[in-house]
Order: sequence, then C-alpha cells, then structure tokens
Amino acid sequence: MARAPVAARKAPARLTRILIATRKGLWTLASDIARNGWKLGGPQFLGHVLHHAIADPREPKLMLAAARTGHLGPTIFRSQDAGRTWKEAQKPPAFAHGSDRVVDHTFWLTPAHRDEPGVFYAGTSPQGLFRSADGGATWEGIEGFNAHPQRKTWCGGEQDGTPDGPKMHSILVDPRDPRHLYIGMSSGGVFESADGGADWHPLNRGVRADFLPDPAPEYGHDPHCVRFAGGNPDRLYQQNHCGIYRLDRPGETWQDIGAAMPKSVGSIGLPLVVHPNDPDSLWVFPMDGTTVWPRTSPGGRPAVYRSRDGGKSWKRQDQGLPRSQAWWTVKRQAMTSDARDPAGIYFGTTSGEVWGSRDEGRTFRCLARHLPEIYALECA
Amino acid sequence: MTAQASPEAAAIVRVRVPSPLRSYTGASEVAVAVPLLAPELPPTLGGVLASLDGAYPGLRFRIIDEQGHIRPHIRLFIGNTATRDVATPIVSGEWLMIVAALSGG
Repeated sequence: MARAPVAARKAPARLTRILIATRKGLWTLASDIARNGWKLGGPQFLGHVLHHAIADPREPKLMLAAARTGHLGPTIFRSQDAGRTWKEAQKPPAFAHGSDRVVDHTFWLTPAHRDEPGVFYAGTSPQGLFRSADGGATWEGIEGFNAHPQRKTWCGGEQDGTPDGPKMHSILVDPRDPRHLYIGMSSGGVFESADGGADWHPLNRGVRADFLPDPAPEYGHDPHCVRFAGGNPDRLYQQNHCGIYRLDRPGETWQDIGAAMPKSVGSIGLPLVVHPNDPDSLWVFPMDGTTVWPRTSPGGRPAVYRSRDGGKSWKRQDQGLPRSQAWWTVKRQAMTSDARDPAGIYFGTTSGEVWGSRDEGRTFRCLARHLPEIYALECA
Repeated sequence: MTAQASPEAAAIVRVRVPSPLRSYTGASEVAVAVPLLAPELPPTLGGVLASLDGAYPGLRFRIIDEQGHIRPHIRLFIGNTATRDVATPIVSGEWLMIVAALSGG
C-alpha cells in the first residue's frame, strides 16, 4: 500500500557524537559545531564484544549497548544519562525455553516508532526478533517471527549464515505506521510485516542469490544492510551479497542498481548509508568479493561510492583516504551519516580507524586510529 | 558475604568467581544459602546457580543459556570434579568453582 511521503526536515547545527562499538569495547567521538575538532572518549566495557550501541532519538539520554564477552553469554546494557553510567538489562533477549535455540549475541538494535516511547527492537544471532517496551530493561521474543512455522525454512541452518554466525539485522520501522516493519536476515532475505510482527512475508523478488541452486528463490537471500531512503520510507535500498538494489513501494520487485558500479570494483560490500533527507542519495563501501572473498577494499585502495540519482550512476569518493596498501574494510553497521547540512559521512574500519567527511564524502580524514576492530558506528 | 535464607533451611555453598563475573559479585569468593526441600536432599548445581542469581541478578544467564545448558566456554567444578549437569548434587560446605575457560583472540 502507498503511504504519504515524510516531509524532509533539516536538523539544526549541533555537536555531533558518534558511538563506536568494537570487538573490545565502546568508544565515543565528539565534535565541535564545525565538525572540525574531534575528541575521542572511552573505553567503556573494555574487553566486551560490542556489536551495536545506539542512542534513542526520542529520549537522547537513553542509550543501549549489545554486549557479550568471549566467555559469557549475551546481554544488553542501558544508560539513562547519555552514556556516563550503564546498568544491565533485567531480562536480555533469550529464546523461549524448549525452543532448542540459544541467542549467541544481540547484533542489531532499533528504536521503535516515535509515538512508542521506550519501545525498541533487537535482532539476534541466530536470527531472532525481540521487543522491549520499557526502554530496554526487559525483552520479549516476537513469536510471530521466532515461532513462525516457516522460520527455519526461511533462514536455513548454521551453515547458511555468515562466518560470524547467522544474523537478523536492518530492523526498519515505518515512520508513518508503527506496525509496518521490515527485517533483513543473513541469510533469509528481506521480510515485511504489516501487523507489528505477528506475521511476515518475504520481499526478495528481483534480488539475485547466485550461491543457491535456484538463483531467484523466494527467500534464502543474503542482504547485508537495508535502509529506508532519506525522507521517503516508500523507498528502500539494499546492499546485498549479490549486488546493490532499490525497491520503490508499493512495488515488490527490487531493481539492480549495482550494475552501474565500475566492473573493476564490483557491487559487493557490507554497509549502505543514505542521505538524511535526499531520497536519491546513498553511499556504499565496496569490498573484494572475488574468489575466496577476501573482504578487503578492492586492490587495497579503499573508496566510498556515492549515487545522487537513486543508483543510476555512481561516483568514487576517496579524497583523503589511503591511495594504496590499505586492506581494511567496513562492516555492515560501521558506516553512518549525521543529520547535518551538508551531511557528515563516517565509517569505522576492521583495522580500528574512524574516517569522517563533513562534506558528504567529497573529502575524508582520519578521526581516530588504533582502536580494536570496529563493528558499528552510530551518531547519537 | 552470604545471601538469603535461614541457616536451618538452607545449605551454604561457597563459590569461587572468575574475574569476568566479579562485576556482579564484587568479590572472588562468595557464599550462597540454597534452600533445602528436605534435610536429606542436598541442593543441586541448578539450585545453587538459582540462589546465586537471586543474590547477584543477571549472573546466571551469563553462564547458563536459556535452554538450561552451561555455555560453551564456561566450566564448573564441584570440589575437584568437573560437571556439565545442573542436576549434580552439592553438599553444604562444598566449593563450586566457576571457570571462564582458556580461550583467546
């Protein structure tokens, strides 16, 4: 069903704060108004594996962090004072007893609709969907997904997931309708719910799955990152294991927009970032997906690619980035934008560097280095 | 520190706590009082862990998953004997040692 577009709103100038979730803890970067001077803070949770950390746009002092350690099981930490102090959730995400499934880690956190204060969603590894109605203190499984009779068929088994475990990610909440949800699963594909998660249907038509016997199945795909277009939740962009795609609702067939990428670079990557209010602008960070999938920047020359026309064409943006022998890449949650004008683009690398641009990717500079492997960046 | 329950209705079990869990207990050794169903029935490992979680909320889930199994990198010793069965009995005064097994990276 078509819905009214969301009016674009330009955010006022303010300090930019970035939450940096890493394999060994949480750090923060805080800028001045000009986004010129940056100060690194942290670590917090030193030694904990932080897959995601977010601030609540409805209540900015509320923050959540998904954590585990090498030895201990997964949990969620909450802060109600903008990250100064943290307290563990009373009931972290866990599958129903008797379901034979165990949450290895919470991978993704999403604040729910603006009219549902205190409500959050969490996606886990293996694929599970959870909801908190009390600001992240207690979590309940959404059985419409977790106990769905088709779930196992959609997701496959452990061998169908990523090397770091199968994941649910990219939980999207329609800003016009809190019950209209999308999820992405590696593997499984993109799914949609119109009833708050009570039921789901696959939404993968047009997306390749060339690692399966049927290259155009109904489900079983590997979306790496799915985002609403800035200011237009009737458009979705997807960086997939097999290319880059756009979907304009109410259509149900994704358009291959990765075909316009340079052949020498390809259209494989993990993250995808959208402009805060231009639905035609998006950025990707390609990686080497040839042969054994090195998952490095292609040729050791990292670059961001930007499209300003919804994916019809792409422009390389690498000013300020290393010109050679830089073999890192960027994980699916480790690239983000701020809501300033011009938009800031930030990414964290597998080698522990944070790079930022305050001019929509025209120039980049290194904002932090020598951190642990970076899993996620979010602007607070 | 000993947590909860009256002495006549409970077994006291001492617990050695590894460093990853000391943010919960604040100490490397604690003692928990585990309610007894009957004087002749010793508590089980599962009962000890439940009492431990009552005293230090959240600790149990970090070492026991939602299906009741000990997590892969956790080892539990009652005295000198390793166990992965939460039904294992523990007599009053015995030590439970929680070990975060060697694993690196």
